[in-house]
Amino acid sequence: MLLKKLSEAFGPSGYEQEVRAVLEEDLKDYVSQWQRDALGNLIACKPAATGPRVMIAAHMDEVGLMINYVDDAGLLHFREIGLDDRVLVSKPVLIGKQRIPGVIGAKAIHLQKPDERKQVIPSRSLFIDIGAKTKEEALERVKIGDYVIFATKFGEFGTGMVKGKAFDDRSGCYALAEILKEDYSIPLYGAFTVQEEVGLRGAGVAGYAIAPDLAIVLEGTTCHDLSGADEHAYSTVLGGGPAISFMDSSSIGNKALIHELVRIAEENNIPYQLKRSVTGGNDAGRISLSRTGVPAVVISIPCRYIHSPVSALKLSDLEHTISLVKLFLRSVEGGFRV
Amino acid sequence: MQTRDFLRQMVEATGVSGSECQVADLVSQVYGEVCDEVQRDVLGNVIGLKRGEGAGKRPTIMLAGHMDEIGLMITKIDEKGFLKFTQVGGVDQRTLVSQEVIVHGREDVIGIIGLKPPHLMSPEDRGKAVPMQGLLIDVGLPVERVRELISVGDVVTVNRSFMELGSDIVSCKAMDDRAAVAVIYECLSELKKLRHTADVYAVATTQEEVGLRGATVSTYGINPDIGIALDVCHGAMPGVPEQDTAPMGNGPSIAFGANIHPKVFEQVTKIAKEYNISYTPRPVPAGTGTDLWAMQVVRAGIPTALLSIPSRYMHTSVETVSMTDVKLMGRLLALFIASVDAAFVEGLLCY
Repeated sequence: MLLKKLSEAFGPSGYEQEVRAVLEEDLKDYVSQWQRDALGNLIACKPAATGPRVMIAAHMDEVGLMINYVDDAGLLHFREIGLDDRVLVSKPVLIGKQRIPGVIGAKAIHLQKPDERKQVIPSRSLFIDIGAKTKEEALERVKIGDYVIFATKFGEFGTGMVKGKAFDDRSGCYALAEILKEDYSIPLYGAFTVQEEVGLRGAGVAGYAIAPDLAIVLEGTTCHDLSGADEHAYSTVLGGGPAISFMDSSSIGNKALIHELVRIAEENNIPYQLKRSVTGGNDAGRISLSRTGVPAVVISIPCRYIHSPVSALKLSDLEHTISLVKLFLRSVEGGFRV
Repeated sequence: MQTRDFLRQMVEATGVSGSECQVADLVSQVYGEVCDEVQRDVLGNVIGLKRGEGAGKRPTIMLAGHMDEIGLMITKIDEKGFLKFTQVGGVDQRTLVSQEVIVHGREDVIGIIGLKPPHLMSPEDRGKAVPMQGLLIDVGLPVERVRELISVGDVVTVNRSFMELGSDIVSCKAMDDRAAVAVIYECLSELKKLRHTADVYAVATTQEEVGLRGATVSTYGINPDIGIALDVCHGAMPGVPEQDTAPMGNGPSIAFGANIHPKVFEQVTKIAKEYNISYTPRPVPAGTGTDLWAMQVVRAGIPTALLSIPSRYMHTSVETVSMTDVKLMGRLLALFIASVDAAFVEGLLCY
């Protein structure tokens, strides 16, 4: 299953090769023209003679860690890529291409003062244990600069849901891959971008290269619709359908695109929601500012617990996102102009 | 069965204090391979007996390793189907965040203890540990289905697979104290190659994490001449004073102090030296915080010893132990048992 492969693929920002390989393999019968660039973006090109050039982007990279020091006791120290210190403790991880297993432990509760248990353990005092007894032994298995991912298995969860790591934004990658499996009469460019989590860096150059007339960004976004949370702070609701953004910290959605998406959703009875939070940025921030500016909109799949070892999403949200974007593309074929 | 495979199956099984059935079934079956008989008592302790040689009254030695693990227990199902919970045993709340769990309801249900994503978190919240009362288990099911499958009082474990970190170190939840149950198996297997006069009671105890309860009644039932508790101790690691720990992979830690009979300690360490089995002596002036604390004062008093396997990250879900330590400790125990005779036991009463 593609979503499982994508979720379990190894791809912190700057090391997206495995995700790229999964996508290339999955789309080999549907995409005949590929474009790759210096940063590692993968662009599936479906050219056509007429119609607006449409770019759809989803980022391949995920949050993770990078080894920056191995101490004399054979323990690995690290830097975070987009993670909250609190999610790290008591987790199994996989290090480097070889997926060397390791654990992030913590001092036993017996050895802590009651006050300590109320404090976040800073990542600087955490380390990864790979069972090596010396620096030399550790360096036989890993090296400085190796990336680290959580050892989370993809699986079914609850009713019509799945759980796994990196749904931000492998869920977007999945949706884009499915969209690319159909043919359209307009020029369509599916950009699987790199380095979103470290500053939307891949999308900027991909946007420049494609020079689209309009762009859609597919994101796995925040969803905090839990008991005890204020409803206005949910961001999105699980099962509520694709979430269309008016504004976030990196861009303001193009109003014509938003209205067209809402119209299509309503006419076709596709559930949708408007994203309620304006925090967080995404690839639209760079793409919309590419060259002389590009009309862009963000459509998100609600994912609970993103930026942590395990996130959850509702498959119906993913399917509705795919349907909505496909119908939008058909509408553009019919002559929609921003 | 290989000791490593037995340990793997045990740590992946469930056995939160008071709900040890699943792991107890496994231990009963595997102890059956190396014992003459296996039974259970009212509190759920698994008691294997491997008889010694010779007619007449033989010395009795009890080995105790607890098979219960720390965990969580459901306290409330809310109107949206999210679960509130409390702890069973000493759980550090900070180890629960972003954890995948199994709720052991009418059937096993996967759950997630999530954290609000950083995008939605205020800067002041980011600096604080989330208290257990602020955490929820999400099982992704409609509330009606949750109520069918899950009840208040159901126990919860972290969903964790056994991991091999290199060739020697293994990691999972519940290494505390199933590594010791594996040591007992290793010892019994080793004893098959040795001659021993003592009857050995191999006990996987229950409810240690909530108050040493299984050991209390099983020791009474067996009334051994010597009682030995096997537990984990803190493995050496940065951030923890060296004197509170024992190095990993350097053999068992052997305790001495008020909770330990000096002659048993002397004999165990003598055997270790004789057979070149490395160990770390561990002075514990008063309470050891193990089953041994209860065992020592059962009936008219029991001569005791405590051997421990160094383990890093105790009471997290990634506890580690060294298989070398498991082997060395099993062998040392077997050699000690083979050395015990009636005269030694008699000597324990006057010293």
